[in-house]
Amino acid sequence: MPPVFDTPAIDYHAFAPEIAMVVTLVVLLFVDLVFEERGRWATATVAGIGLLASVVPVLSLAVDGADRSLFGGAYVVDNFALVLKALFLVAGYVTVLISTDYIADGDYYEGEYYFMLVSSLLGMTVMASARDLISIFVALEMLSIPAYLLAGWRKRDLRGNEASLKYYLLGVFASAVMLYGMSLVFGVSGSTLLVDINQAISRGVDSVPLVTVGIVFIVVGFAFKVSAVPFHTWAPDTYQGAPTPITAFLSVASKAAGFAALVQIVFIGFLGREDVWAPMFWVLAALTMTVGNLIALRQTNLVRLLAYSSVAQAGFMLAPFAVAADIPADRGGVGAATGAVVTYLLIYAGMNLGAFAVVMAVARKTRSAEISAYGGLFAYAPGLAVLMGVFVFSLAGIPPLAGWYAKFVVFKTLLDAGTVAAVTLAVVAVVNSVIALFYYASVARQMIMEPAPEAETARVRVPGSLGAALGICAVATLAFGAFPGLIAQLGDLALLGVLP
Amino acid sequence: MDGLDDMALTAAVFLPMVGALAMMLTPREHESDHKVIALLTTLATLAVGVYILFRFDYGRADVMQFDVNASWIEVINSRYILGVDGISLPLLVLSMLICVLVVVYSWNHFPEPHNPKAFLILILVLETGMNGTFVAQDLILFFVFFEVVLLPMYFMIGVWGGEARQYAAIKFFLFTLFGSALMILSFLALFFQGGQTFAIAELAAVASDNIPRSTQVLIFGGLFMGFAIKVPMFPFHTWLPDAHTQAPTQGSVILAAILLKLGTYGFVRIAIPILPEAAMAWAPWIGGLAVVGIIYGALGCLAQSDMKRLIAFSSVAHMGYVMLGIATLTDFGLNAAVFGMVAHGLITGMLFFVAGSVKDRFHTLELSRLGGLLIKSPRMGWILGFCAMASLGLPGLAGFWGEFPAILAAYNPAEGLSEELFRGYMVVAAVGTVLAAGYLLWMFQRTAFGTPSEEFAETEIAGMHWPEYVAWTPMLILIVVLGIFPNLLFGLTTDAVGSALAALGGGN
Repeated sequence: MPPVFDTPAIDYHAFAPEIAMVVTLVVLLFVDLVFEERGRWATATVAGIGLLASVVPVLSLAVDGADRSLFGGAYVVDNFALVLKALFLVAGYVTVLISTDYIADGDYYEGEYYFMLVSSLLGMTVMASARDLISIFVALEMLSIPAYLLAGWRKRDLRGNEASLKYYLLGVFASAVMLYGMSLVFGVSGSTLLVDINQAISRGVDSVPLVTVGIVFIVVGFAFKVSAVPFHTWAPDTYQGAPTPITAFLSVASKAAGFAALVQIVFIGFLGREDVWAPMFWVLAALTMTVGNLIALRQTNLVRLLAYSSVAQAGFMLAPFAVAADIPADRGGVGAATGAVVTYLLIYAGMNLGAFAVVMAVARKTRSAEISAYGGLFAYAPGLAVLMGVFVFSLAGIPPLAGWYAKFVVFKTLLDAGTVAAVTLAVVAVVNSVIALFYYASVARQMIMEPAPEAETARVRVPGSLGAALGICAVATLAFGAFPGLIAQLGDLALLGVLP
Repeated sequence: MDGLDDMALTAAVFLPMVGALAMMLTPREHESDHKVIALLTTLATLAVGVYILFRFDYGRADVMQFDVNASWIEVINSRYILGVDGISLPLLVLSMLICVLVVVYSWNHFPEPHNPKAFLILILVLETGMNGTFVAQDLILFFVFFEVVLLPMYFMIGVWGGEARQYAAIKFFLFTLFGSALMILSFLALFFQGGQTFAIAELAAVASDNIPRSTQVLIFGGLFMGFAIKVPMFPFHTWLPDAHTQAPTQGSVILAAILLKLGTYGFVRIAIPILPEAAMAWAPWIGGLAVVGIIYGALGCLAQSDMKRLIAFSSVAHMGYVMLGIATLTDFGLNAAVFGMVAHGLITGMLFFVAGSVKDRFHTLELSRLGGLLIKSPRMGWILGFCAMASLGLPGLAGFWGEFPAILAAYNPAEGLSEELFRGYMVVAAVGTVLAAGYLLWMFQRTAFGTPSEEFAETEIAGMHWPEYVAWTPMLILIVVLGIFPNLLFGLTTDAVGSALAALGGGN
């Protein structure tokens, strides 16, 4: 019988968020093409509205509630995917808000900028649903390639070039390593579907070394993406050289996409082989939080400080992976670890974007991100100083700001597993929270307890869109801190629909 | 009336926040508005406290009253549970009272760099944290309130403090955070081992049955770190002298009067009722550290040349008595401990107030440069003398009832604890009272007696201001009243303490 090619049945509702984003992309190109130079501001508006509009189908899918599986399971829309898609879209919207004046003032290419931004976001939303090695890889490249370009957007700036080049070279290297790992895993299991891979490698014992190398390479590839130590070296330079809105975007959305991929690959594909990945994640988590924090202690530039702090934060997000397999099934098993990672990502997005938004607002006046330039901020811009205080102390995990709950769920996961390794990691995390407080508090100290340099006390004007971004982040940070139930439910719902 | 009762505790906790929000919306230039709003807010909160005092059923002081139980974080089964019993009530009302008095005292005593708006907002946020800690009956809620006080105190010390304020502020912050991070791990361990709940009452009922003894001891260790740093117990006390010396007067008063009590309260409310067996195992060590703290604090006092630092070290010693009372695990000892908390709050709070006013007038607290306060400002001098007497435990004043019963309790510790050991502690603690008399009288002598030193001989020293009268009178009255009628407080705490020790067979 000759092979029959069936056209796959496409569920357009499941694809609706991505379709909306593609439409946004087309409109963006069109607006950029037709409008004169002075009309280019419209591109920011279009991007913002487009992203918000894309949230609508995410919500309708959530209300609908059913898990949808397309292309033989390669593309799945479940609660996990929806929560992350919503996160990417909202984080993207906030990025557009904080970009608006920066890009318009800086004589950059506005239309192309938003086009790239939305393309990268499209890759991320696809990533949230990708349950197949090929779709994961495609999503990864889709989100990375525009990001390489965005990192070098300040093309007349040497640091900008360095940022882009470093990010690009290491990113491509990571992709290559990962691709090699994927090819090994495919070779052993004979499938690219994560569910099938799981079936194959958890029972196949005859090719242990190959599977091990494959898993290690894939995890290492994503360790680059989430800037885990020792694969973090690109992050500080890239963060410092990239335009600040892009730094915020990379440190939040791009990192979240990396974690989304890790959750899916590890908890679906490699479940049952925790003998290989659990110790790896333990070491990665402990190293990442410790090294990130220790280097952050010595930073004098706020953007670099936030870069290292976000490396350290990634360490906390890696910790649940290290113990996921030890959590008893009646307490949620890997689902509990997934919930912890997602909750952390959601809270982290709000507070980190907020911190960068303040950096941008202050830089409009001081033209500097050096910590010393923040002296006396409380005297001439008390609102911004208080907001910065809220964000950095939230990052430090001080109640009643949202960050405490993020740290709390990680501790909870670690103690839930209850093994010696898990409790040790929890103690490492405790020590790191204290170290981290030191540099976060030093930012607050500079703003509030030091005098302004050269008695520079003119007020800071915050443009409307930046103010809106600050408002969104501040409300999220305060509300989720006082009522963690809101976010906890999202994190708890974000379960992977298709587990082996 | 039931509706009002349900709201009472929530109002007690969040009214200060409402005031703080109102102040945030008021422009910074309107200083008198800020003072009025802050005063009204703290008074309104105190009024809630008085309402609770009147409506409290004193016959059932051992059970939680005015309880609220609403859902908060469902996913982790943590609930919004508030309640007061005989242990919480005096501390809650003390906290409300101190906040009012601090705001009154601040009226014309704003430390540099001034900014009453920010300063008063911080006091109100502190009040929310403190009141919340004393009424929270859920571990996570307790943790959040316990931590809420950190940021305002950090800024209060770091912005309005003395020369080395930044160092003192971050030291305070880091020490406390380290303790509370271990504490939250212990809370989680209790959750997982003790029956998937954070409610203190439920945990007290089931935890000791569900958790193996060795694990209990380990969990208690984490709780101990969290609370002992806050108390602070020797050897975790090193942040305290720095914080006290550098903090502005108001900060020192709140720190001494209330914040330190959060730690001891944690022992009485959480550590002992939930993990009685582990408390038994730890008690000899706690008692030992407590008496070391008593002697060490006293010796530290004798070595100080700065009045505020001396009072700070005396806090270490006095909290040692409180901890000794707790370590005996008897209702006698715990009663003494709760009394000691209140008495120390009033007396040491007063001492810091007076020290602050002395500093305002002499611009120094160097003992070698002070002297002759009784000549320069007789009333303030006598008040200082009164507080020194109260602090050294003179019978008839409140300090006595915190110290003496604690020492007495050590004579006869709970069944299962070594009598010889605790009697040894008792002797050491008794020696401590002699030292206390020594350093307090020495301090009083050097500041108040004699003639003013040459540099101040010609300087005109202002008499007492009205905010000082208003702020101090209630505390002085309470010190006397509690000294003469200790049963006002003991009557309230006895039953509650009994239920805290219920797991140990009701104490002995």
